[in-house]
Amino acid sequence: MDYEFHWNTVFQKFPEMLQGAFVTLHVSVLSMLIGIAIAVLLAIAKMNSIKPFNYVAIGWIEIARNTPALFQIYMAYFGLGALGIHLSPYASVLGALIFINAGYLAETFRGGFQSIPKTQYSASKSLGMSSFQSYRYIILPQMFRRIYHPMTNQFVWSILMSSLGILVGMGELSGETQRLQSLSFRTLEFFIVAAVMYYLITKLVLISSSLISRKLFRGEI
Amino acid sequence: MGSFFTPLSWNDTGFILTGVWNTVIISTVAIVIGTILGLMVGFIRAESNKLTNAILGAVLDVLRSVPLIIQLILFSTYVGAIGHPMDPFVAGSIVLSLYTMAFMSEVFRGGFESVQQSMKVAARSLGMTYWQSVYHISLPIGMRAVFPSWLGVSLSVIKDSALVSVIGYMELLRTSEQLISRTQQPLEILIGVGIFYFIISYPLSVYGKYVERKMAL
Repeated sequence: MDYEFHWNTVFQKFPEMLQGAFVTLHVSVLSMLIGIAIAVLLAIAKMNSIKPFNYVAIGWIEIARNTPALFQIYMAYFGLGALGIHLSPYASVLGALIFINAGYLAETFRGGFQSIPKTQYSASKSLGMSSFQSYRYIILPQMFRRIYHPMTNQFVWSILMSSLGILVGMGELSGETQRLQSLSFRTLEFFIVAAVMYYLITKLVLISSSLISRKLFRGEI
Repeated sequence: MGSFFTPLSWNDTGFILTGVWNTVIISTVAIVIGTILGLMVGFIRAESNKLTNAILGAVLDVLRSVPLIIQLILFSTYVGAIGHPMDPFVAGSIVLSLYTMAFMSEVFRGGFESVQQSMKVAARSLGMTYWQSVYHISLPIGMRAVFPSWLGVSLSVIKDSALVSVIGYMELLRTSEQLISRTQQPLEILIGVGIFYFIISYPLSVYGKYVERKMAL
């Protein structure tokens, strides 16, 4: 192999890559938080019998789950542009990730909610709890335990998929790497460092998530 | 003065169909190779000792924790840098197949591990050789349960195949992007692309859910 690695260029630009990594984390955390909020509404709407809400929820969930993330991002970036809504690369990636996260998480939430037997609710009512109390102390804690790991996976997925920002010129880790390598043409070096950074970020998220779960679900199944 | 942009016309059908065809081809290649490799790796992981497992697990973990788009760029730049540039289709197939393998191996490993030890022992005590017990017992029993997960991974591969466009492969989204820059009609084209993916993905996901429910009973 007659390729010479020049790591110096990368080290000089490392602070800028870190900044990109920060944007990656930023966009995926934000897309998760807003996605969760919408997903709760979608899950409620899907389990509800009010038809219009039901259709919107089913449409949203199925479109989000059955089309590529890149398609969603193009739709937000180019498609909405045709309607006169011009989003920045950051906003279109964020929007697409929120759309997909909400769709996937809605199904997770619905599945988690329906996996709690109805008898749990009746039992808590018969113990004299109010509706609010039985959800607060019986149903939701059990549900949360079941959706915790799928939620962590969705968060990791968001971090990895935010890398698609490279295709619309967003300044997250991949996009920043692409910009920096185009200045120096040390493509391999820059992307190797980016790959290592992604690996570390996802590992960090997974490790801290399992530590938190150990704390949260201590003494439970 | 005429416009630089020419609107979408029926003459573009061939171009779009090439993109559709390329998406179908590269997804099929990745699913087939990824399934075969994943089956082998999953089997090795289910049967081997802790050390082999840890090493294999670490390698597969890298494939799962680095974004596919970065893997594609790295691989195609690497083969270019060492002086063997590859056709985007070949490079894309290799990366996408390995990526698929990483997910498939977990699916199959779970399947193999779900086969009870006592069944394998019983097979051996009936005079089967090790490979006979694998072929007649572990494979059919272990693989039946994993079909819905296999389908789920395959569907996500079809969707992820869109990313191969980044190394220059003319799959559906890239052809549509080029059409958009010529026609300036992003909405019509993108909605068409979305419908295509949806038509492939939705029936299969419904079928997967149906099989899952049937097996749960």
